[in-house]
Amino acid sequence: MTSLPDSTERKLGLVIDLDTCVGCHACVVSCKGWNTENYGAPLSDQTPYGADPSGTFLNRVHSYEVQPAQGAAQLVHFPKSCLHCDNAPCVTVCPTGASYKRQEDGIVLVNEDACIGCGLCAWACPYGAREMDAASKVMKKCTLCVDRIYNENLPEIDRVPACVRTCPSNARHFGDLADPDSDVSRLVVARGGMDLMPEQGTAPVNKYLPPRIKDRLDRIDDADVLEPFLDVVTDQPKGFLGWLDKALDKI
Amino acid sequence: MYPAPSIIAFSTLSGLGFGLMFWLGIGMPGSTGLVAFVFFAIAYVLAGAGLIASTFHLGHPERALLAFTQWRSSWLSREAVGAVAALAVMGLYAIGRVFFAASWIPIGWLGAALSLMTVLTTSMIYAQMKTVPRWRSPLTPALYLALSLGGGALLAGQVTWALLLIGMAGLLQLAWWWHGDRAFSDAGTTMASATGLGHIGRVSAFEPPHTGPNYLLREMVYVVGRKHAFKLRIIAFVLGYALPLAFLLVTFSHWMGLLAVLSHITGILASRWLFFAEAEHVVGLYYGKR
Ligand code: SF4
Ligand code: SF4
Repeated sequence: MTSLPDSTERKLGLVIDLDTCVGCHACVVSCKGWNTENYGAPLSDQTPYGADPSGTFLNRVHSYEVQPAQGAAQLVHFPKSCLHCDNAPCVTVCPTGASYKRQEDGIVLVNEDACIGCGLCAWACPYGAREMDAASKVMKKCTLCVDRIYNENLPEIDRVPACVRTCPSNARHFGDLADPDSDVSRLVVARGGMDLMPEQGTAPVNKYLPPRIKDRLDRIDDADVLEPFLDVVTDQPKGFLGWLDKALDKI
Repeated sequence: MYPAPSIIAFSTLSGLGFGLMFWLGIGMPGSTGLVAFVFFAIAYVLAGAGLIASTFHLGHPERALLAFTQWRSSWLSREAVGAVAALAVMGLYAIGRVFFAASWIPIGWLGAALSLMTVLTTSMIYAQMKTVPRWRSPLTPALYLALSLGGGALLAGQVTWALLLIGMAGLLQLAWWWHGDRAFSDAGTTMASATGLGHIGRVSAFEPPHTGPNYLLREMVYVVGRKHAFKLRIIAFVLGYALPLAFLLVTFSHWMGLLAVLSHITGILASRWLFFAEAEHVVGLYYGKR
């Protein structure tokens, strides 16, 4: 049924820390690795070693440059996968009932046996979180590793999405965002977690933690540790430096 | 958005077919026998060809029956239900007209209403997309309906109505373009809101997530066609609206009628191509594109 549930008991989702993500793409690789051999059709690649490689991914890492009005630009790595929206437009457009949002935990899934591959849900998603697999011709999207998080055959520590388990810089957190006392909810409050494209009205469950202002290059005056070294170019250099200065002038 | 030929053909042809069915359903023209057969045949070929073309777009057409199940929430599902209902009801009505020279009026009107509803559902598939601001407007269903009714009137030989409705569709088309060119910036979705980084400074894409194109870029970020958009708009407007009106106004003969129909269809195909090729999906912002 592609009507959305009125509310879900839990809201499982991710909190992604843009401050600590180093853009290593490990989550992309572990996501592809886990999901190509577990739930549903494999994530195929087309001409992976050819001239024009292309393939299906459920998680991709963008990089943005942010230039403040003053000071140095900042580079922000930006992982993006399905945000398991509360008000998921991708679900309601689906003509077959293949796309659905689970009442019990809020995960948005595709029943691949019912998907006709019309692609409408990918049009409806503002985040580009759905990709039609070119080989199996069904819609693929992040499952929040539904086949890991409840999987009792895995050690408890592994019962989180593959991307979260893999991230070497702890930039990805998994939990129940409906529970105000959960670690992820507290993190969102403490760090001012935000929605992507709030104006689209999708009410995403996943939150992003904004990066802290990092660069101090513009605050050169504060760099007092380096000051003695920065002093070397004086008006009348002496000694070795004086000789070097003159020699360089002559060239 | 990628202008898939199957969808362009589908929406243009079936729009015309259902438009013709509307006029046949309300008894304009109220022909019977062989003449009625030819009219209904044209309507069925257009609507049917469109529907068949649309299944070429599916990854798994063999499961298409499932698309009739979600009419409560999905416009695409409503379209499927509406199309089949319209074709079935009009089929019954056609039997009366062709074989019994009878006009079963309630059935005809029901079929006419279902035909229009089908066109409305088609247009709503696009008009509902918040992700494509150019489409998200009441002007989209208005344009689709006016085109279907106008083109249908042209095929049904209802000259006065064709003049009126194609003229109206032409005005709606201009309004739709005018609105569409402003829609993206009016929608307020920007790289700043997409990344949530706007409070720090100006955001620009530094590196895409991969070195080659992907499904999203191919399907949603089609920028190739926009270069000639303006010229194509003129072609679409002249062929789709202005020339057919001129042909009809000169002197009505069957040859003029045929020319008007051919010119109209060509123009609307061009306009439908632009409908997709010019439509910018907000996901392009994540790639620093529109
Ligand atoms: S991120 Fe996209 S695919 Fe995921 S629930 Fe939201 S709209 Fe649907
Ligand atoms: S591609 Fe599949 S899941 Fe998406 S809307 Fe179409 S049938 Fe539903």
